[in-house]
Amino acid sequence: MGTKLIVSGSPHMHTRESTSRIMWLVALSLAPAGLSGIWIFGNQALWIILLAIASALITETGIQLITKRKVSVLDGSAFLTGLLLAYNLGPSVPFWIPIVGSFVAIALGKMVFGGLGQNIFNPALVGRVFLLASWPKYMTTFIQPLTYDTVTQATPLALLKEGKAIEHINYFNLFLGNHSGCIGEVSILALILGAAFLLLRGYISWHIPLSFIATTGIFTYLFAGKNLFTGDWVFHILSGGLVLGAFFMATDYVTSPLTRKGHIIFGVGCGLLTAVIRVWGGYPEGVSYAILMMNAAAPLIDRFTKNRVYGVK
Amino acid sequence: MKNIFQECVKGIIKENPTFVLALGLCPTLAVSISMINGLGMGAAATFVLVFSNIIISMIKGFVPNKIRIPCFIVVIATFVTITELLMKAYSPALNRALGIYVPLIVVNCMVLGRAEAFASKNNIWHSLFDGIGMGIGFTLALLLISGIRELAGAGKIFGLNIVKGFEPAAVIAMPSGALLVIGLLLGLFNVIKRRDK
Repeated sequence: MGTKLIVSGSPHMHTRESTSRIMWLVALSLAPAGLSGIWIFGNQALWIILLAIASALITETGIQLITKRKVSVLDGSAFLTGLLLAYNLGPSVPFWIPIVGSFVAIALGKMVFGGLGQNIFNPALVGRVFLLASWPKYMTTFIQPLTYDTVTQATPLALLKEGKAIEHINYFNLFLGNHSGCIGEVSILALILGAAFLLLRGYISWHIPLSFIATTGIFTYLFAGKNLFTGDWVFHILSGGLVLGAFFMATDYVTSPLTRKGHIIFGVGCGLLTAVIRVWGGYPEGVSYAILMMNAAAPLIDRFTKNRVYGVK
Repeated sequence: MKNIFQECVKGIIKENPTFVLALGLCPTLAVSISMINGLGMGAAATFVLVFSNIIISMIKGFVPNKIRIPCFIVVIATFVTITELLMKAYSPALNRALGIYVPLIVVNCMVLGRAEAFASKNNIWHSLFDGIGMGIGFTLALLLISGIRELAGAGKIFGLNIVKGFEPAAVIAMPSGALLVIGLLLGLFNVIKRRDK
């Protein structure tokens, strides 16, 4: 008998997947967007990203040490929160904005609920909304792309909200990222590269992003124009934080529903709220508020889309 | 006498109306923007609480059980009216700042809660000191919340600028900031209570 019988407990098949591996891969898939942001807005974008990440890591370590919990700062989730928060900031914010934002994101968005997996809301968006409500002056000042001087310029959506002409912005520039905006949201091309990686590897499913973006597109096509069915839906899809939010923040495992049906409802809700805020609301952009509101609804969606247990009526 | 002292002290930490009993949160959320408002609301509520507790423990013997709540409300409303008229006469600025929340002390669940849960079951002396303790606890809680909110949301304490070059987080001065601060303080109180056990 040459072969031995190996007896071991389950699970018998191992995979290399783990929460921490997924977190780092998502962070990796966000790299193209960050690099394009740094290329478009210069070194200050890099500093904002680094400060936001450092503050997120230090906050998580500090809180876990104070509350005597296991320090799990290297699992990548705090890194990802800091990164996403930085992508949601304009490139000209003062240096303390990313530090305060990441602190709020980790402390109020995640750790008060008990850490990773317990939070109700997407931590990075909690940080962003806190900053937006506290210091609107800094959070709504954006600079011209590719000039390397700090020349302020309104975002395409803000221009649209004020009823100003937006002729100098064409779809191609919007797609590449040659317009003012937040660091990580401007280049749709780079975001789609990262999102394609996540979709092909199966880390996110297409349900939330597609239903989110499609709903926003249809709704803005219907209502954003002067008459019905004249809205510039391509502009609405390509501008603002819609693509970043739909692929990288609405799909957060912790704060989105569990089932496929739930994903679709979640995405449609996010899309509707985004479009309503953009078309009729007071803010030019509504992606972060839309996702946060649907985060709050996620447990309810889960309750109504529960899968039938096999053998039970 | 020791017993009475305990009735007074329990309202400050052990049975703090805001952080432990979670009563009277509506005015707490609304007026805790500045410490002056917090102090004014605390004083007004303490006055009403002490005197309504005394009167209610006096009349508890002959108020029919079925209509006790309306009777308590009439007593409380009397003292609230006195407070409001006094405030209008002697500090109209504070009255303007507190606005509708002074008359709303009538339906403050902390005042009614102490009347129903304590004063209608205990004698005058105990009710008096319960009212004083609860009032002080409520005032201290309001001062703590409004202190944090005024400092973080406006960079001031009692209307004086404290830190130079500090850009206050406006969200803390908004209603959502009140919910955030109260939530965090409630959590902190729970942590402290759990540690004591």
